[in-house]
Amino acid sequence: MGLTTIDWVIMAVYFAFVLGIGAALKRYMKTSADFFLAGRSIPAWVCGLAFISANLGAQEVIGMGASGAKYGILTSHFYWIGAIPAMVFVGVFMMPFYYGSRARSVPEYLRLRFDEKTRGLNAISFATMTIFSSGISMYAMAKLIQTLHFLDAPFRRFGIPQAWIFHTGIIVSALVVLTYIYLGGLTSAIYNEVLQFFLIIAGFIPLVWLGLKNVGGWSGLKLALGPSYMHSWVGLGSPHTNRLGVEWFGLTMGLGFVLSFGYWCTDFLVVQRAMAADSMASARRTPLIAAVPKMLFPFLVILPGLIAIALPTEPPAILNGPQGSALRAPAGQGLIPAKLDATTGQPVLDSSGRPQLDYDLAVPNLLLHYFPTGILGLGLTALLASFMSGMAGNVTAFNTVWTHDIYEPYIKPNAGDAHYLMMGRLATIFGIALSIAGAYLATRFNNIMDMLQLVFAFVNAPLFATFLLGMFWKRATGHGAFIGLLSGTLAAAAHHALTIPAEAIPGVKGGWLSVLHTYPSEMAQNFWTAIFAWTTCFVVTILVSLVTQAPEESRLVGLVYSLTERPQEGNLSWYKRPAYLGAAILGVTVLLNFIFR
Amino acid sequence: MGLDIRLPIGMIFAIFGIMLIVFGVFSNPALYAQSLGININLLWGSVLLVFGVVMLFLGARSMFGPRPAGAANSQGREPRH
Repeated sequence: MGLTTIDWVIMAVYFAFVLGIGAALKRYMKTSADFFLAGRSIPAWVCGLAFISANLGAQEVIGMGASGAKYGILTSHFYWIGAIPAMVFVGVFMMPFYYGSRARSVPEYLRLRFDEKTRGLNAISFATMTIFSSGISMYAMAKLIQTLHFLDAPFRRFGIPQAWIFHTGIIVSALVVLTYIYLGGLTSAIYNEVLQFFLIIAGFIPLVWLGLKNVGGWSGLKLALGPSYMHSWVGLGSPHTNRLGVEWFGLTMGLGFVLSFGYWCTDFLVVQRAMAADSMASARRTPLIAAVPKMLFPFLVILPGLIAIALPTEPPAILNGPQGSALRAPAGQGLIPAKLDATTGQPVLDSSGRPQLDYDLAVPNLLLHYFPTGILGLGLTALLASFMSGMAGNVTAFNTVWTHDIYEPYIKPNAGDAHYLMMGRLATIFGIALSIAGAYLATRFNNIMDMLQLVFAFVNAPLFATFLLGMFWKRATGHGAFIGLLSGTLAAAAHHALTIPAEAIPGVKGGWLSVLHTYPSEMAQNFWTAIFAWTTCFVVTILVSLVTQAPEESRLVGLVYSLTERPQEGNLSWYKRPAYLGAAILGVTVLLNFIFR
Repeated sequence: MGLDIRLPIGMIFAIFGIMLIVFGVFSNPALYAQSLGININLLWGSVLLVFGVVMLFLGARSMFGPRPAGAANSQGREPRH
């Protein structure tokens, strides 16, 4: 692979800017509110782009390309059903309570609305989750650098063992993210996310353009792939007639309602970006502004996957095996190679003996395929940017929740502001140190990561029921919320323990107690786990609330819909009003679904 | 916040644009067989440069523009950035 000086210079310039932004913002970080909330002074469009960019991590750029190659246009449901409606909802209906309550974090809102134990539960599970997410992001980045072999030559030249490529990837990315957040706090993370947003777009537009031109445009793509790849709704009547293995009800309820609203409306990682806005109107516009690029991202991140699989299959490549030995890989499909086992170097076969494809390489291989040196540096910078923005989002969410929701209430209450500011900086350091530990844990025990992901899914799935009842039903009580959340998590675990996706072995994939039901795909099982968890939490919260003492209404002003004054927006021009914007965004989304049905 | 984010964004895109344009002009045309015969460095470098200059202009106008310093936060108007 031909990286030349110009590619290295481009990457170096990017790193210099990322660190420079942190350094330039350092002098503005005077109070803990500056550090954790960006002083609530960021304009709406900046918050909006950061909102979307914090979510535009590696999992998104690499993962959505991989899903595009695997499932086709159906992947767009993760955007059009699985994000846009929830983003509109959080902007129009929920942001007034997050921003208006003056809570500094999502767990803190739970304390104001419910009680201390509900907040503690949410804070601790969320903090753990952010650490592991950023660890996984770091691991994925180091792994990708290793797989693409673009550090092999320089390492060989300086006589550094090749095994250090992985360590270098982890350490360098950790240090860069650490430095810019330590210096500039949330502002620095947000500013860098906006920069990363534009870089990702700048790297991916020419890729999609060249790829589409090459395969003969949209019609060429259609011709090469066939109808099963090219429709988002046709075939969703039954799980057996589409590539996802899910039917429309599981998709709209599981993904479109429970999972998507649970993530976009309650995950502090994204909500924090809106809470940094300079006014209530800006905070409400943040997710709506974010929804516009989000709506169009399928064309940027899913299309590369489709193009990669549509291209003529290349003859099996000679790969660099361990210690420079040559391995002949089995044929993949299009630009996507067969998956090789990390330890043995042998191809991984599925249950019917065919080699599995390594879909995660769809996007990186497409970059290498079309980009000559020069713009290749830009493309790799875009990938690095996406990894770092995903990591940084988790780290800033962690340091805030740690300081405000764990350290301040339970470890050292009533210390001065300067102390909490210092704790935020310290939390950045040990948050990143723990992420590094998480990244190495992932290299050692792949299953541990899978299991953790699963536990988080159990914890998260019911959460939206708690917020929905908390914000829109003044009778919901703290005991109700807490017991509801726990039961929802238990319901998720029980559902997972009793069902299994087709062709899986009981264990981490499900069915570890007994198998009562077999789902046609893993995705269908996930969606239904979420539906069960949400419904249980919703019902139990209502029942327990009704038998426990109602909260005092005076305490709930500003926290519950019926007791809160509607935000004034009469002085805003129509295109800045959240309700109008939201309706327009939903309209365009429906149109997109119709066009690509 | 005192720094308008459009300035650094404009700067980095202008730098990348100029780098790619210069490299695109002087690089070996055989390089572009990979990108369907299109000199993608020259082409995309120009796009990046234009975007960078627009961002620099917008950022500089809001940071150093003629508007008096106190006006941005006056009542009834949203802060300009």
